[in-house]
Amino acid sequence: MKWIAAAVLTVVLALLPFLAGDFYVNLASQILIAALFALSLNLLVGYGGMTSLGHASYLGVAAYVCALLTSRYEFGHGPAAVISLAGTTAMAAFFGLLALRATGLGFLMITLALSQVLWGLAYRMSGVTNGDNGIAGLTRPRPFGVSLDNAASFYWFSLIVTSFAFLLMTIFVSSSFGSSLRGVRDQPRRMAALGFNPWMIRWITFIYAGFWGGVSGLLYVYYNKYIHPTSLSITSSAEALLGVIAGGSGTLGGPAVGAALVLLLKNYASAYIERWNMLLGLVFLFIVLVMPTGIVPGLGRLATAVRRGSR
Amino acid sequence: MQFWIIQGLNSLSLGGLLFLLSSGFSLIFGLMRLANLTHGAFFMLGTYFGATALRAYDGLNIWVTALGAGIAVAAIGGVFERLVLTRLKTNPLGQVLVTLGMSFIISDACLLLWGGDSIPVPTPQNLQSPTRVLGFVFPTYRLVLLGVAIAAAVGLYFLLERTRLGAMIRAGVDDGQMARAVGIPVSNLFTIVFCLGAGIAGAGGVLGGPILSAYPGLDADMLPLALIVVILGGVGSLLGAFIGSFVIGFTYTFGTALFPELSYIILFLPMIFVIAFRPQGLFGRLSA
Amino acid sequence: MSPPASDYALEVVNLNKAFGGLSVTHDVSLAIRPGERRLIIGPNGAGKTTLFNQISGDMRPNSGAIKLFGTDVTRFKPYTRAHLGMSRTYQIITLFTGDTLEHNVTLGLLGLRTSRWQMWRPLSYYGDLATQARRTLDAVGLLHLAERPISDIAYGEKRRVELAMALAQRPRVLLLDEPLAGLSNTERSQVKSLIASIPRDTTVIMIEHDMDTALDLAETVTLLNYGRVIVDGDREAVIADERTREVYLGA
Repeated sequence: MKWIAAAVLTVVLALLPFLAGDFYVNLASQILIAALFALSLNLLVGYGGMTSLGHASYLGVAAYVCALLTSRYEFGHGPAAVISLAGTTAMAAFFGLLALRATGLGFLMITLALSQVLWGLAYRMSGVTNGDNGIAGLTRPRPFGVSLDNAASFYWFSLIVTSFAFLLMTIFVSSSFGSSLRGVRDQPRRMAALGFNPWMIRWITFIYAGFWGGVSGLLYVYYNKYIHPTSLSITSSAEALLGVIAGGSGTLGGPAVGAALVLLLKNYASAYIERWNMLLGLVFLFIVLVMPTGIVPGLGRLATAVRRGSR
Repeated sequence: MQFWIIQGLNSLSLGGLLFLLSSGFSLIFGLMRLANLTHGAFFMLGTYFGATALRAYDGLNIWVTALGAGIAVAAIGGVFERLVLTRLKTNPLGQVLVTLGMSFIISDACLLLWGGDSIPVPTPQNLQSPTRVLGFVFPTYRLVLLGVAIAAAVGLYFLLERTRLGAMIRAGVDDGQMARAVGIPVSNLFTIVFCLGAGIAGAGGVLGGPILSAYPGLDADMLPLALIVVILGGVGSLLGAFIGSFVIGFTYTFGTALFPELSYIILFLPMIFVIAFRPQGLFGRLSA
Repeated sequence: MSPPASDYALEVVNLNKAFGGLSVTHDVSLAIRPGERRLIIGPNGAGKTTLFNQISGDMRPNSGAIKLFGTDVTRFKPYTRAHLGMSRTYQIITLFTGDTLEHNVTLGLLGLRTSRWQMWRPLSYYGDLATQARRTLDAVGLLHLAERPISDIAYGEKRRVELAMALAQRPRVLLLDEPLAGLSNTERSQVKSLIASIPRDTTVIMIEHDMDTALDLAETVTLLNYGRVIVDGDREAVIADERTREVYLGA
């Protein structure tokens, strides 16, 4: 039943370029990228119970490696993508080793510190990363010779990638490993006593989440044709986390909705308000204080209350 | 030789500054189990307050300014703690997220109020002439800064180890439930410690002004340093924050002087070693 | 990995654990034979759960050894010990409250299977797990509640689920930490008859601080106080021993 709904949704989404102009199609592409990023983070937060504030590390590193390989070293897009993802996944494995020496707030602090270090490196190592200027003039890949330079074709490309990612993530969380992961999230001691290896389960999930973060990083750099250290900033990680929490970390699709909302807010608000960060901060406060389980469950509760009230 | 001495002093003064920044963070984390991500912003707020005050009133005493800014930042922190943080007692993740949100609000407010340009802070007049020690010439202000940090460390030590308030704080850090059970007003303690931590950061910000200047993004530069110091030195440990601050001060200063492009990685290395081999930090007692 | 043969199912050899200056386990030695029903008693704070935590691997002793059927498991992680046949329940209910009873027991069974690493197939693919889970629930009389979430059932029923999860894996050594705590009289007799019906190929070690309730389940008794073994032996001998009376009356 759910599969049918998902398939229908995908078809409807695919029709967007026929219904709206380039501006909206591009906006939709950005939403897909942000959604993928938030979904990858939710593997950690919602399913693994590990809150990370450093997820931008994977988006940023994949984006930078791809940018450097294609612009400076003249790699083809195919090999560049493979190397970026391999490198990002390896980095996730290494960061996971460090971050998982702690849990809870210690884990959060370590992921944050690691990501901040990468951000600082991106600014300082200007010989490599071009520092504050970022790396511009990048190109989009041409899968099977198809150009992605117009809005519609890039949108369909992102839709295919994001849907595929969503599918694989669904399989992952519904698998028996996924059940073990949720068990470790809820009762790690009990799980250990039952024969599960909590650390290994967490580490594997961390790496998998980092991989998909890297994929969203590739989409990001293809879309923007530009990369800048801000993509590695704490704001970048925080926006994704806000998307996860706003949409609700308890479901697979919630974070996608949340990420869409955050992106739309950012787009429309910045037309009227200069200080996006301040608004972001206030939204954080609002969501956490008023709707801590997320907008989707919050609206659900509201709907139930209204239904009850109207009887 | 001159190089090593100068860099050594720079390391010591940076370490002192880091201590002023991170001691509050460590205390707040230790007692309230809260990773206060607003801490960098509190420091920056102090720097901006100091910059404005010192540039507007020529001859204003920097120590008074630091005290004033410290109190102002402590007040802001206190309001935030009472209005927002206390409502999230059962939601530790939520607490961290609101401190993050608050840091965004403060940093954007600073941008709004003070603009995007860096504001240099004048070194106090009476400390401008260099000091001669053993034939070497040192910037006096940096020496004084080091002295202030040591004085703050001693003061905090006395507070924690020799006063009743300190005893209550330590009880709260060791076992919050038990402390409540014996009648210690833990909730009020939380507010006091949060204000104290924020205040020290704010005062530290003023004192750091002559060296760092006030600029947008100062908070984002300082927060990871505070994190690294506390991860290194161990959460909730004053001694850990002290030693950690100077280790990082030295690592960062010499790293930047010798390998400027890799300074961030070098900064990172002691933290990696500590996480890998002693995750509770050099002096920490618990893992979060 | 088959362990070397040994006379004892579980051996604790000169175990010591201290927190700072406070010694919580002082030179504790135990020798428990296969199939035995051992009761560990002692007043509150005697160090019984701390001892269990060291046996199950949740806590590291400062010195001493723990041997499971002859294998030295002192340095082994809890999950490794589970794979060697050790199982335990906790004083506090540690069930997965949002999930159904069946899911809870299924997870309990999954822990020892290699399919727990399967990242492709859903749990429902493993039909035999579900069948076994339901059989286990039936054995503890809770099959009719299999589809209900844990949060919906009574405390006594939760305790039986805990027991079911621990027993489902057919452990060789079962550690029960205060299994009767907080139960009403009816619930208590239900759980007791469950424990009494555990097959002999499982060695049962039980902690209770209320001596009377569990005494009839025990064959041998160890009395702990202040982290030390005070008396150790057959049930009748320990009951009659003067030191036992001292501990309980003097405490």
